[in-house]
Amino acid sequence: MTSSPEVFPARGRRRYTRLHWRCRSKGAADAALSQISRSDIRVAKPAQKNLPASPAELISYYREMLFIRHFEEKCNLAYRTGKAGGYLHVYIGMEPLVVGWLNNIRKGHDYVITAYRDHGHALVLGSDPVATMAEIMGRSGGQSRGKGGSMHIYDIDKQFYGGWGIVGGHTALGGGLAMAAKYRKEDRVTLCYLGDGAANAGVFFETLNMCGLWQLPIIFIIENNLYAMGTALERHAADPQLYKRGFPFNMKHERVDGHDLVEVLNHSKRIIDDCRENSQPYLIEAMTYRNMGHGAADNDRQLYRTKEEEDEYMKRDCIRLYEAFLDSNSILSRSEMEKIDAEELDRAETIYEEADKSPFPDPEQVYTDVYTDMTPEMGH
Amino acid sequence: MTNMTYRDAVRLAMIEEMDRDQNVFIMGEDIGKYKGTFRVTDGLFERYCQEPRDWLVEPPHPEILDGVGRRVIDTPITEPGIVGMATGAAMTGLRPIVEMMTMSFSILALDQIINHAAKIHYMTGGQISVPLVIRGPGGAANQLSAQHSHSMEGWYAHVPGLKVVAPATPNCAKGMLKAAIRDDNPVIFTENPGLYSMKGDVSDDVDEIIPFGKARIAKEGKDISLIAYSRMVNVSLAAAELLAADGIDAEVVDVRSLLPLDTETIYNSVRKTHRAVVVYEDWKSGGFGAEIAARIAQDCFDDLDAPVGRVGGLNVPMPYARVLELQCIPNEQDVLAEVRKIG
Repeated sequence: MTSSPEVFPARGRRRYTRLHWRCRSKGAADAALSQISRSDIRVAKPAQKNLPASPAELISYYREMLFIRHFEEKCNLAYRTGKAGGYLHVYIGMEPLVVGWLNNIRKGHDYVITAYRDHGHALVLGSDPVATMAEIMGRSGGQSRGKGGSMHIYDIDKQFYGGWGIVGGHTALGGGLAMAAKYRKEDRVTLCYLGDGAANAGVFFETLNMCGLWQLPIIFIIENNLYAMGTALERHAADPQLYKRGFPFNMKHERVDGHDLVEVLNHSKRIIDDCRENSQPYLIEAMTYRNMGHGAADNDRQLYRTKEEEDEYMKRDCIRLYEAFLDSNSILSRSEMEKIDAEELDRAETIYEEADKSPFPDPEQVYTDVYTDMTPEMGH
Repeated sequence: MTNMTYRDAVRLAMIEEMDRDQNVFIMGEDIGKYKGTFRVTDGLFERYCQEPRDWLVEPPHPEILDGVGRRVIDTPITEPGIVGMATGAAMTGLRPIVEMMTMSFSILALDQIINHAAKIHYMTGGQISVPLVIRGPGGAANQLSAQHSHSMEGWYAHVPGLKVVAPATPNCAKGMLKAAIRDDNPVIFTENPGLYSMKGDVSDDVDEIIPFGKARIAKEGKDISLIAYSRMVNVSLAAAELLAADGIDAEVVDVRSLLPLDTETIYNSVRKTHRAVVVYEDWKSGGFGAEIAARIAQDCFDDLDAPVGRVGGLNVPMPYARVLELQCIPNEQDVLAEVRKIG
């Protein structure tokens, strides 16, 4: 089983001493570190001859990354102004994981399922962004007509199965999607996203076991942003190399870079093709970082991570990284990028305003959709 | 009509529906080669798995999957995973039947049942439905003690989004399981282990289903309504016989569908007899019988000549010793005592 040891970014000294402390010998610690450390912070890549997609596609991916970012910033605005309530989790900093992977699947054919950090998935899969924003605002124009909210975005026409709030719980549903594809002898691949925190959930291990046992065509993508809410990876996982959890379940497993869209495009294509052709499961640990808090209500990130660490990551923010790539390969000039940025910001603003015009759900709607064929008892 | 056991009726319902619809499959612990702990799935593996290999563990070559037993799936012992996987498959339109080795084990899967399966249709604004059946023995069997004897139906009947049924006769079991499999919502189908060997006439009609939300009058009477479901219907019928010796003509209402609940049939019976005793095996306190009793007390207050009586299981964990176990499970003498108590 191969891994990509060099892609884990540096995270500051404290973590390494802690990891050394955890390991029985210095040799073991160094071996572990060789898997996860990387001293240089790459900002610009050398010009590449073999591009992972056509220039036009690469530009559209740039657009998508910016669009998600501006959309998510509008979500934060909606939360701050009281237009969105409850829990709200944005994808800022993690955009390559949806733009890279979901542009390599067969959209509308392959199944996609994730947890509650789900706006980006819906947007890249082509779900109506106004409906998504309306759902986040709890309006009747949302995909679930305001009954799901930010954590529960679904779009069945796009084969997007949400949108789930119980950490780890949806991984079993993902396994079921893959099982259905195999049952019907379809060539669908299931992408099941989860966070590093969910990688500790019992039902996740049960699902891995069955997916490995039955060799189901599913790719679990652990979005390892280093924190399970406010608990750091090395404080919540006995072995912080989460990709290794595929090993006991007869499953190919890799740790990959989730910051660098070019890398994501390359490895996701290879993995998706293999999964589809050979009907076999994968466990992927994609190293990433969320630039914001866990959720909109997480307003004191310094409780669990340092400002210095954040600054270090901001320097290699995924969009800046991709801009350097586009620039050095002469795919887009800086001024063209600024123009696209302004257009996507505009688009996000228009969507926000459009969604805000959607009416709130009708009070009678409270009783609909509990069952397919009957209404529950009414009244208090 | 064919005379058969409750166990055979449950199996027949699954066979008829699996023959009718390729989307129906069954998964669970030891349901295939082992034939099920209570032998409910006896013969299904042979019927639907022509080759003696599990398709699922074969290398992924489509030609091997052809005709192989992917429709009777032996699973690892992992209830949350089983229910979650089945729910995921159901979201795409398949119709899984999950057999719980006992309903007591469904407690492990509560998150998948309550927090996932039951909520999906609502959370998605109706975009996804979950045609899932979770069935298995619920209630006390014979000295299975505290961890294997739970009556879970009242817990599930608390949850909007689920349907919950507890049939008492072989014919109801067949007709209602067929309805459950055809239902587009998650259904909890509970079979009291004490009923499995009970015989009764069962309809031969492959298209006959018994819709949910309709209670059954198991015995007509005019003096008092005994309201029960699952095995407690038999206990109530036995009590009615004893009462008849005292000149009391009891009516027995088989609720059989807890969610949706047919209050009309229950109320009509109470309006006729003016007395009601609710009989259920679950712990008395907070059990589903309490819900029925509360409704009768509220909605039939003017029709009642006596307070609503309740007979439930003792509020203790199920003990092992047979003599203690029998003490916990309501019997006809307990029903008789309650009838006399309410006067």
